Amino acid sequence: MSMRTLPLVFINLGGEMLYILDQRLRAHNTSEDNSDKGVWSENDRKRVMNDIVGTMFSKAFMDELLKPQQLYSHRTLKTVLTRLAHASIMRLNPASMDRLYELMVMAFKHQVLLCPRPKDLLLISYNHLDTVREFVKDTPAAVNQVDETHRRIIETYGLLSEGELQLLRQTLLIFFQDMHVRVSLFLKDKVQNPNGRFALPASGPVPHGIEVPGLIRMFNSKGREVKRCEFPTGGSYSSSIRQGSFELHGDRVVRLGRNMYVLCAAPPAQFNTSLLFMSLDDSPNLLAKEELNLLARLMGCMKVENVQRSGTGFRINLFSTDKEEEETDFNQSSFLFVFGSAQDVQASTELARIAGEFADLPENPSGSKGDDLLAMMDDL
Amino acid sequence: MYHKEKSIQIKNSASALYNNLSVLRIAPRSLTYFTVVHANVVNMVSASWDGLNYSHRQLQSKEPNVATSTSLIMQAAWCVLPSRDLLVLTSQKGIQMYESDGSIMVYWHALDTPETPTAQAVFARGIAAVREKYICVGVSSGAMLVFDIPTKGSNITLAEVLEEHKESITDMASECSGSLECIADLVSADDAGNLCVWKSGEEFQLLNKIPGFDMCCSSVKLWKGTVVAGYGTGQIRLYEAVTGILHAEVSAHARWIYSLDIAPFSGLLLSAAEDSLVRVWHLTQTPETNSVEIAHMYNECVTDTQICGAKFCDGDGYAFAVTGYDLSEIIRYTQT
Repeated sequence: MSMRTLPLVFINLGGEMLYILDQRLRAHNTSEDNSDKGVWSENDRKRVMNDIVGTMFSKAFMDELLKPQQLYSHRTLKTVLTRLAHASIMRLNPASMDRLYELMVMAFKHQVLLCPRPKDLLLISYNHLDTVREFVKDTPAAVNQVDETHRRIIETYGLLSEGELQLLRQTLLIFFQDMHVRVSLFLKDKVQNPNGRFALPASGPVPHGIEVPGLIRMFNSKGREVKRCEFPTGGSYSSSIRQGSFELHGDRVVRLGRNMYVLCAAPPAQFNTSLLFMSLDDSPNLLAKEELNLLARLMGCMKVENVQRSGTGFRINLFSTDKEEEETDFNQSSFLFVFGSAQDVQASTELARIAGEFADLPENPSGSKGDDLLAMMDDL
Repeated sequence: MYHKEKSIQIKNSASALYNNLSVLRIAPRSLTYFTVVHANVVNMVSASWDGLNYSHRQLQSKEPNVATSTSLIMQAAWCVLPSRDLLVLTSQKGIQMYESDGSIMVYWHALDTPETPTAQAVFARGIAAVREKYICVGVSSGAMLVFDIPTKGSNITLAEVLEEHKESITDMASECSGSLECIADLVSADDAGNLCVWKSGEEFQLLNKIPGFDMCCSSVKLWKGTVVAGYGTGQIRLYEAVTGILHAEVSAHARWIYSLDIAPFSGLLLSAAEDSLVRVWHLTQTPETNSVEIAHMYNECVTDTQICGAKFCDGDGYAFAVTGYDLSEIIRYTQT
């Protein structure tokens, strides 16, 4: 379907990832015993943000994304996003990355589903860009990269018709299809129902350019309105409000895509051990090969953070899952069903190899921020 | 006016595509067939009228002779011709035609796909059976392919390519009233909302072009010479096909309309949109004044669901069926 989904996918998913990392790193900002161990300082956090943003918004990376191409699988995206996260000094364990990915995707799915008009997908993307710009505002080089990316997005997508943008949205919806992971923040705000499906409100302002339903107008052959009547609509809609800005800066008006974790003290997601069905494409070897090629090109664009193998990387567990993992029989509860064909085996081995490059680094026996963080998590 | 019946479960959930439900009523066998598209698969269910028997089949859009290549399907619809019914699938790769029960593929037409991907997506979308012997299919370039269908067998040929639209075709519909008096046989719609009205024949003739004001027309129907069009603005417009005169405009939905259907014997109209609502309307024609009126009859809200397909199950509109994005069921309603 649409050949232009990747740039928006990365900006929005990457944006959500940065929101969550930012919130989690702020949450680990204080230590209980007032020592420096296990604390992610303001500088650490900014450094992580700058490193990830610098990689994600690099010209080379964006060049690759902007080439017309199909949207690839969840597996490929997760691998690239893991690599992006690891462009910083931070190291995420696989369980954290899985959780992070689910959260990012469910947030983006919600935004795409509730997007008032297809064109507003761009406003949602710009909300992400605006917040990311804020994260790195003290680093002019990073801000420049975000601005440049923003300009390229405006240039590429600004001229697409509503029909083409709806095709893009439909392609994204196919990508998110059948994902109903429950997110505690969404459940609490009644944005998501207990069955994992999102609530669609039947009230509020209509999208810009749409009339409030309820009116039938009839015309004669000369084009003169001759009759007007109303019908009961079963909803309670009001007139649309002003349109958001599609420029580099401005009030986007649409709230979707803003940082919803900013007021959040608790971890953004306590995952119930809910079933997550993610079926991979029955894609043949051919498609897997293309995905691997894409991965190789994308990886090639990213500079590797020169972390010494002796283990000075800082491990972080994002979510209080360690204890859960210990207690629950991981084979039974919260699990990922992966349906793949036999032909996928080669692809998955290859991807596993690439992903394996980002496995946990050995812990520094002398104690690193990671250790104390782990200890802290265990206490929660 | 309607009440909910028992839903039919399908093997996969419906994808968010325009007109994502097709219904074929087979009276001699007391069966109704339904198809719903899920990514690269078409789910087909055959339901017996007594509600006791359901059988399922899945079709994939595959190039013949290529073992594993699949692609995303844009639409699946039955084409009812006097001599035979065919099930047509349109995808990113091309067009497939099957016998109506999905058992045998009788024809495959590959779309021209460029060597290196271009920014413009390539796919086929928009399916209509026209008069006795044609099936028309739309393409993302705006072209319309006219296929000549023999009364039986697989000797289907591409008769003509109509190049009037400049934007991707979204939907097509043929005159469904059964009246032979109507001059217009077919209406086609595109992403910019432009509508083309055609007369079929050895060479299809363009009768009229109704401009669209850059707002996508996602679903269109043609009944007794009246074009009924549903738009991304949630509006429904009624036009006189041959002249382009606007009869009526309805602010029908608060979101993008995804599906329209007409019950030809009663003049009932069904509209469904992303705003979770299905609405039933009644169209009346007054031949003396040459006008068409539309009156609202009924609303049905499918909570928390963006509807992507809605069709009447019979020519009177006694029953209708609905599909929604991410829903693995076909919801049915019958008149009380």
